[in-house]
Amino acid sequence: MILRLFVIAVALFPLTTRAEVDIQEVTSAGGITAWLVEEPSIPFMAVSIAFQGGTSLETPDKNGAVSLMTGLLEEGAGPYDAQAFAEAREALAAQFRFASNRDAVEISAQILTENREASLELLKQALQTPTFDPEAIERVRRQLLAAIENNSTDPNDIAGRIMSGLAFPNHPYGLPEDGTAETVAALTREDILETYRAVFAKDRVVVGVVGDVTAAELGPMLDDLLGDLPPASAPLPPVTDYALEGDITVQDFPSPQSVVIFAQPGLSHKDDDFLTLLVLNHILGGSSNARLNQEVRVARGLTYGISSFPISRDLSYLYMGQFSSTNAVVAEAIDVVQTIWANMASEGPTEREVEQAITYLTGAYPLRFDGNGRIASILVGMQRQDLPIDYIATRNDKVRAISAEDVQALAQELLDPEALHFVVVGQPQDLALTE
Amino acid sequence: MRLHALMLTLFVGLPGWAQDNVSTFTLDNGLEAVVIQDTRAPVVVHMLWYHVGSADEPAGKSGIAHYLEHLMFKGTDDVGPGDFSRIVEANGGSHNAFTSFDYTGYFQRVAAERLELMMEMEADRMRDLRLDRDDFATERDVVLEERAQRTDSNPDALFREQMRAAQFLNHPYGRPIIGWRHEISDLTLQDALDFYDIHYAPNNAVLIVAGDVTVEAVKGLAEKHYGPIAPTENLPKRLRPTEPAQLAARRLVMEDERVANPYVIRSYLAPRRKQGDQREAAALSLLSALIGGSNTTSLMAQLLEHQTPPRAVYSSAFYDTLSYDDGLFSLVVVPTPDRSLSEAEADMDTVLQTFLQDGVNSDKLERLKAQIRASQIYGRDSLMGQAQRYGRALTAGLTIDDVAAWPEVLQSITEEEIMAAARSVFDLNNSVTGWLDRADTETLEMNQ
Repeated sequence: MILRLFVIAVALFPLTTRAEVDIQEVTSAGGITAWLVEEPSIPFMAVSIAFQGGTSLETPDKNGAVSLMTGLLEEGAGPYDAQAFAEAREALAAQFRFASNRDAVEISAQILTENREASLELLKQALQTPTFDPEAIERVRRQLLAAIENNSTDPNDIAGRIMSGLAFPNHPYGLPEDGTAETVAALTREDILETYRAVFAKDRVVVGVVGDVTAAELGPMLDDLLGDLPPASAPLPPVTDYALEGDITVQDFPSPQSVVIFAQPGLSHKDDDFLTLLVLNHILGGSSNARLNQEVRVARGLTYGISSFPISRDLSYLYMGQFSSTNAVVAEAIDVVQTIWANMASEGPTEREVEQAITYLTGAYPLRFDGNGRIASILVGMQRQDLPIDYIATRNDKVRAISAEDVQALAQELLDPEALHFVVVGQPQDLALTE
Repeated sequence: MRLHALMLTLFVGLPGWAQDNVSTFTLDNGLEAVVIQDTRAPVVVHMLWYHVGSADEPAGKSGIAHYLEHLMFKGTDDVGPGDFSRIVEANGGSHNAFTSFDYTGYFQRVAAERLELMMEMEADRMRDLRLDRDDFATERDVVLEERAQRTDSNPDALFREQMRAAQFLNHPYGRPIIGWRHEISDLTLQDALDFYDIHYAPNNAVLIVAGDVTVEAVKGLAEKHYGPIAPTENLPKRLRPTEPAQLAARRLVMEDERVANPYVIRSYLAPRRKQGDQREAAALSLLSALIGGSNTTSLMAQLLEHQTPPRAVYSSAFYDTLSYDDGLFSLVVVPTPDRSLSEAEADMDTVLQTFLQDGVNSDKLERLKAQIRASQIYGRDSLMGQAQRYGRALTAGLTIDDVAAWPEVLQSITEEEIMAAARSVFDLNNSVTGWLDRADTETLEMNQ
């Protein structure tokens, strides 16, 4: 009994922990801006860099070019071939990661203080003078083709590609992120160089740095690392038109379970109501205690887990969800999802649910700032979303100001059970195959 | 030459702070505790690890350890069904649990000021779990869905399961952690309660707290909440069935229409890190990195992926130093589409023969040791990672001293020790070689 009393007592007092992250804006002599958090307690720094654009810069016939180009950045640069580059990086014990997604090419690095200068010099070679050596191109192309082949028999990936293709039929967002076997096989070295020039420029680069480095030291580093890049990258495509209506698309796939993803239109992260959507989603499908998981998993045992999440990309705004269920029960699970969605649209959440969601979201927020690497990537995310530099200190007050009526109004306005489109990959019982 | 000078600076002994932030204590009831202090953020990770995993399950009850992990969220005499999770969330925290062959662990990540509540709830469910029959049956369906999602829908996972079953004839490492489907379906409420009563006890657990805390504060809270729990007398020893001598190389071939890139994988029985005796495992760990730890500079990558003409699109070696009983050293080769699995297997053997003939490349070994040293610095960036390192080591039968000594043991391993470990482990009579191939079929037509 003592425990229960303590628990209740605690629940009445929201957390007082504040997110305190001291971010400085550093602008180099050459005009490059970065956000910095000085954290000298561990002798290394985490660097996160994003070039906005990503695979959305591709045309259908060059689909896969960004992925292939990104995979080649450390496969030969400046005086180094792939082997020499890797050996130099290993000797410095630096860690580099190059990755692409729909909206950006992202580079993250961890660099020891004792090897800082040489490590940054090496990273600069990869960013500014990649050689795109023909042998390396063929090697990375083989890896990419193997990954595409793998994805072609992965039901999660198949479902994602079907959904993207249906939702954005005339936009780069509708293309597979890694390209197709045909387009990747046809990419030339000239295509890769052109893609490199389209992505790497100073006009859309965003930088976050956290660790054992001062603002005075960082300025010259930025100029060294990025200063010689050209001023402007290729133009971005327009914002998408979402082309999907409510329906169920079924793709046959030999598996005991069906993978299901579902979507309807969402909101931009720049929308005034976006934080309200986060509160709504927490209640609907954002946690293991949310309505979807409670009804589909806990009460009925129809899945191992179900969640929903707003996907706000730079050029499209979806509200999505996903789960997997055994073929025999997947139709029942979809039915439950539709009912919960419709219920939330018509009734909205209760006041108590909103209160609990706000307690969670404000309490959890300060906890994410607990590692140099994590914070560096958050700094990049904030800049990409055009958030002000003092956002972290003010964000929880904004969330606390959201009322139950706000969330109810948004639920009514945004949630549309009729618009919910399900993509099912598997051999579901009681659902007809889509032609 | 500049690189060489840098290498030298990397090899000066460990800086003094490397272990300064770690403290330990043991309560009178046998609960062992590790405190890792990191004051950068007002956050704490609270973990409780039990010295019990799927390899401790009774015969015929595979999956009970993992299933019990699920049931631990179903409530106690003081906390209602599902409330554990709701309370953590109401306090801004996140939480989860995990089961492996040798351990079962529970953790919460919360604001440092909420540590006591987490400890109170974790201590409460060590002994006071309350289960009802409806919860039990529904949650068993959830576990079957989990198995369907993670294993039955995935030919790689099914193949790995078959590989382990072939490798371990007698030791329970041959059973999947999640359990065989037919045995999960037959698990009963009583099975779960029996397992719980035997294994969930303070003298069979390790408490790990990492973050913005002091050891004094953690000790006070642990004494208050875990201290009153009586230990289990006559806790059973972890004596698992052992492997008979293997008399023949084992082979298996599996085909599945969902296989995109066929590959060959080989596992060898391999020794683990032992209390006060970690050198052979350290040598094997370096061996796996030299042979297949990088897709550019490892020997397999150089001989198979970076050759003209290329022989493989991917290759790797992996060895887990941490297990309570001896585990596996594994190699995998995914050949280029023009090469057969038989050629891929021959390529794998060629790499091993080349290594045994040519020995260790000294420059490579130096670079590897530099990276291992750096990983101690980078590793301090993650509270969860640090906590996991201790939890895994202690539940694998090691001590805090072994964990502290490990980085220096790795640095001190010689080329001769690596070669000796290689000659010992690469014995086909301790191995299983498996081919995962694509089944020819016309039913799989992907139009996307």
